Amino acid sequence: MKRPGLGTALAVVAFLTFFLGPFFWQVLTSLWPDGELTRPWPSHLTVENYASVLWGRPFLRVVANSLLVAALTTLFCLTMGAAAAFALAKLEFRGRGLLLSAALAVSMFPPIATVSPLYLILRAVGLRDSLIGLALPYATFALPLTLWVLTSFFRQLPDELYRAARVDGCTPFQAFRRVLLPLAAPGLATTAILVFIFAWNEFLYALTFLSTPEKRTVPVAISLFASEYREPWGEIAAASVVATLPLVVLTVLFQRRIVSGLTAGAVKE
Amino acid sequence: MKGGGSLERERRQAYLLVAPAVLVLLGVALYPILAAVWLSLHRFILVFGERRLTGLDNYAFLLSDARFWAALGNTAYFTLVAVTVEVLLAVPLALLLNRAFPGRGLLRASVLVPWAIPTVVSARLWAWMFNPEYGVINRLLPGNDINWLGAPGYALHAAILVDVWKTTPFVALLVLAGLQGIPEDLYKAARVDGASAWRAFRSITLPLLKPALLLALLFRSLDAFRVFDAIYVLTEGGPANTTETLSIYAYKTLMRSGDFGYGSALSVATFLCVVLLAVVWLRLLGREEGAR
Repeated sequence: MKRPGLGTALAVVAFLTFFLGPFFWQVLTSLWPDGELTRPWPSHLTVENYASVLWGRPFLRVVANSLLVAALTTLFCLTMGAAAAFALAKLEFRGRGLLLSAALAVSMFPPIATVSPLYLILRAVGLRDSLIGLALPYATFALPLTLWVLTSFFRQLPDELYRAARVDGCTPFQAFRRVLLPLAAPGLATTAILVFIFAWNEFLYALTFLSTPEKRTVPVAISLFASEYREPWGEIAAASVVATLPLVVLTVLFQRRIVSGLTAGAVKE
Repeated sequence: MKGGGSLERERRQAYLLVAPAVLVLLGVALYPILAAVWLSLHRFILVFGERRLTGLDNYAFLLSDARFWAALGNTAYFTLVAVTVEVLLAVPLALLLNRAFPGRGLLRASVLVPWAIPTVVSARLWAWMFNPEYGVINRLLPGNDINWLGAPGYALHAAILVDVWKTTPFVALLVLAGLQGIPEDLYKAARVDGASAWRAFRSITLPLLKPALLLALLFRSLDAFRVFDAIYVLTEGGPANTTETLSIYAYKTLMRSGDFGYGSALSVATFLCVVLLAVVWLRLLGREEGAR
């Protein structure tokens, strides 16, 4: 490894400061005593903001809501997406290219374009103000993502595996279930992480469809976080840290997978 | 492969396997788009239950609606500036990530942090830093009391900065994937020929990176054009509608005014703009493919 020059070192420091600085500032704000926010520097650090967010507000409930919606979306999209992605990667049928392009097109839809009809549909079937109902429109962005990432994973598995299973008497479906699906486990994990993060972060549908405060998801709750007389910056920061720390840990741990998943569909095509 | 019957069976099972996904896509995407077009041809106020067909009236109004044109202008400006800055930052970042140096793993993991944070949270985090009295930004710039989110002219740029912070990493990753596809031999050959680093960048890296760059531009501009979360949290479209984008205007019309007819017309207009943008980019990409 060549010793990095001064330019490289400066560039690394600049990028690190820009990308991590605001996040650390948020962490510091969350530990800042509430009465001292007007001061340039805290006299001591405290966890009182965390205490009031976790015990004084229904925030744990909100986190549970988000977990539920994100987990449901992930399960729902992976179940359907894995079967479809296998067929797209390994089977011959008409409309394969069309389906993949359609999925890509759908993922580029501005969500606002479908909000008004989805609102009316969900209201008509009694699922508007419901966390389960929210997982359905989440398929608009999550299913195309699943299809693209998983199809590229299934394509990487050798065709011989599939043919051998067929020669051994498996139907295409059995070949999928018994042979290819277990081998695609790393791909499924990558996709699950990506879909989970996207669903956890979604805002517009959750804001529009959920009206009961107890049903809010994390982004909606944080956007509406307020107290009567002024913005509770310390509490907002604490809630933000609670809501993002799991994601940050997940991202740092599975960095390689996330990067390969994000760029799989995009670049190899 | 076995006989024709087996192939037939394979095809049948393929359709069965993709059917659920296709049905869901039709249900959550195609049907709602068509329904939105249909709704946009109505006068439809949700709370009054008033609903009647008015043909193209909503679109006629839209064409003369100054607020719509202002929102379109804001959206276009936001997209253009944000995406340009993101690409200009992402290329050096990707070049850096493509080199071997101690701490590369750390940098790669940390650029993903803004990407993983919910947009709403990043907007709140920046809103606090932008706070005119106690925010860290005004404290770092002494003698400065800019009201970043409250002053027209500043607010939209503040929103752009938040978007740049959040999405530059994604662009950099796409560029990095493109960089890793360039054979190392080309650089060796260039060095043997005595080419400078800058020359190698211009003659090897940039041309070979063009497809990846165009793809990143395509994804990012379509994504930036539908911007909602960050601006809704930062300013809700204010001050004086100077940060109101198409998605924000449509959302307010739908959910605040309950006007599902005109709101749907605005949504459909946003959709058509995105389609137009996609067609233009795909043409450019197609020409790029054709040239190679």
